[in-house]
Amino acid sequence: MTDALFVLFAVVSVGGAVGVVTGRSPVASLLFMVATLASLAGIYVLLEAHFLAAIQVLVYAGAIMVLFLFVIMLLNLGHDYRADLRFGSWSLLSVVVVGLTASVLVQGITGSEADAFGGHLADPAAAAAIDLAVAEKGAVGAIADPLFTDYVVAFEVIGLLLLVAIVAAVVLAKPRGRSEDA
Amino acid sequence: MLAPAIYLSAALFAIGTLGVIVRRNAIIIFLCIELQLNAVNLAFVALSRHVGIEGQIYVFFVMTVAAAEAAVGLAIIISIFRHYETVNVDKFNVLKW
Repeated sequence: MTDALFVLFAVVSVGGAVGVVTGRSPVASLLFMVATLASLAGIYVLLEAHFLAAIQVLVYAGAIMVLFLFVIMLLNLGHDYRADLRFGSWSLLSVVVVGLTASVLVQGITGSEADAFGGHLADPAAAAAIDLAVAEKGAVGAIADPLFTDYVVAFEVIGLLLLVAIVAAVVLAKPRGRSEDA
Repeated sequence: MLAPAIYLSAALFAIGTLGVIVRRNAIIIFLCIELQLNAVNLAFVALSRHVGIEGQIYVFFVMTVAAAEAAVGLAIIISIFRHYETVNVDKFNVLKW
């Protein structure tokens, strides 16, 4: 059952990703992207990361994609059906290089199925520890507990980063004043 | 479940890279960068089953940075569109020699 669901979500996410790259209209690409993000949320559930699956749907498929759609509608780009693919020998070469690098990395990580990382980093109790934390504190608490203790500095810094991003977005997107027009 | 998830992550990252290289529409290029970020997120979540809960916390931070990056990047696209009336990156050639 789990394997069948994984195959379903994997096919939908890869198909959506191909649709993003080949979509004629920006709106079509965006809707393919939503399908990819939603099926990735399903895969997160299969990997027992329930909180991240909820965040993926709420923040990514919800908020960020609506932001993209808002900009496409604002700039009125939805009717732009001209093909803008640019295939050249360099682009194909770079994709081949990225594909080979990715497959080498995959081979390195999953090479020995018995113990990932060749036994260097893998903690056999990690999955059991995560399941125990989820059972004790719930899906949110299992993430929130380390987030507000060990990673609290990073959490505060990321809050500051969001504030800076909001101010930067307002400053960049706001129309220039008349005095600066010249 | 580790190996298939990592393979899927690699495939999504390669497709995202292809999109960044072959598309000329700045918004689609931006979408493909988000696709690459999501591919890495998937690898983090899959590896968290083998390393620890830290993988999921990194994904939380990556999503936050992605949201901030989307806000600033789309603001830049709006600002450029106001000047050039297009989002085709071939037209933005002032910084090219």
